[in-house]
Amino acid sequence: MYTCSDLKKGLKLMIDGEPHVIAGFDFTKPGKGQALYKCKLRNMITGALFDRTYRSGENFEPAPLEERDMQYLYQDETGYVFMDNKTYEQISLREETLGDDRYFLVDNMEVKILMFGELGIGITLPNFVTLRVTMAEPWVKGDTAAGNNKPATVETGYNLQVPSFVEEGILIQIDTRTGEYVTRVKE
Amino acid sequence: MSDPNWGLLKKKHRLNERARMMQTIRAFFVAQEFLEVDTPYRIPCNAPEAHIDPVTSSGQVLHTSPELCMKRLLAAGYERIFQLCHCWRAEERGQRHLGEFTMLEWYRAEADYTDLMEDCEGLLRALCPQGTLSYQGMSITLQDPFERLTLSDAFDRYAPMSLTEAIDNTCFDEIYTQHIEPNLGKHQPTFITHYPADMAALARLCPEDPDHAERFELYIAGMELANAFSELNDPAEQRQRFVAEQALREQMGKAPSPLPEPFLQELEHLPPSAGIALGIDRLAMLLTDSTTIDGVVAFTPEML
Repeated sequence: MYTCSDLKKGLKLMIDGEPHVIAGFDFTKPGKGQALYKCKLRNMITGALFDRTYRSGENFEPAPLEERDMQYLYQDETGYVFMDNKTYEQISLREETLGDDRYFLVDNMEVKILMFGELGIGITLPNFVTLRVTMAEPWVKGDTAAGNNKPATVETGYNLQVPSFVEEGILIQIDTRTGEYVTRVKE
Repeated sequence: MSDPNWGLLKKKHRLNERARMMQTIRAFFVAQEFLEVDTPYRIPCNAPEAHIDPVTSSGQVLHTSPELCMKRLLAAGYERIFQLCHCWRAEERGQRHLGEFTMLEWYRAEADYTDLMEDCEGLLRALCPQGTLSYQGMSITLQDPFERLTLSDAFDRYAPMSLTEAIDNTCFDEIYTQHIEPNLGKHQPTFITHYPADMAALARLCPEDPDHAERFELYIAGMELANAFSELNDPAEQRQRFVAEQALREQMGKAPSPLPEPFLQELEHLPPSAGIALGIDRLAMLLTDSTTIDGVVAFTPEML
């Protein structure tokens, strides 16, 4: 069982008999009042989003989900296709299930697929992925303020903010949990 | 060699702004002959409050607010004091909450909570000499007097039910955070006043209206920034309220908090006075247009 202090973005709970994931979370507390836990919940089967607020003292049932090690193969009209490393069984995940994670898929990448029975309902990527920058403003000489950032696009079409010294064509590491730039990667 | 911690470097201008803000605050109070004080962070107990839990530290606790020691200074004859310090509250972490945060508290002897409203107006103007504050697209004028709105009127204006109905249905906190807070202080800062007596554990009751306490909260851009009140200085009444808060804690299965006896003993010497706590991190959010508290502190707990 989980309590309110376990609640955080990404936690998977059984609510009304179906698995839900916390898609947004905030702790709030009015002056001298009691703690409130505001959750944006996503039904992991239907994708439906809704808000619910909990108070401390409530308990939650973890969702009975199984993770299977799989490899990303390719994208086709059914969606994104993965293969189970042990059984060689293939399953397909829809774009809506993957969300922004689809931008971090690289061919043959080892991932964990979350299964609710026979249904693939989620994915856990490696924490870091290396992708090539396909678009970035050129570096302006004399811009030495190291905190400066600018927009860039990587090979999968994903857009993010990068430090000003990042140039087109180089490889960068991205944290798949936050979607943010981490560091340059030497080739 | 790896790149420097870009996330840390990225908030350099915000940390600069924050430092400037702290210096302005000190100058504001020093100019009015306030004494800056520095009370212990690790103490035997805090004022018992139903919904505030301390962090324990080798048999003692870290203070959830410096109020007890500051009021003992007031009772000893220090008339104008302020403190900028870290405070700790267990299990508080959100977009506007940190378990370790920075608080500004100031106290005035021979004053009441309306004097603190004027202090707030003066302090905000000192911090924003241009007279306006821009936060998340909202333009907030700091011309005084700031708006004053009773809690009950705030419910009538913004909530789907009245204050009494919300209390009777035990959904005050839910209605307040969902319907009221986001609407407060969007065009000018707003003082919420007239809290029911049992929502102000350390406040004096209004002499002409004992159902309400002399307490206010200051809101800017939907953000709760400060909590103030005219101090209760009746030791017997204060002890009774502490015992009631302890009983509430016990009902909720929380660890009991011993009573702060030295404070209760010295309380009879407290002159009529008023005190206020203002969240420095949230003030920095407002002044740097930052959407989360993470943006205005160098390190969040998750980075350690």
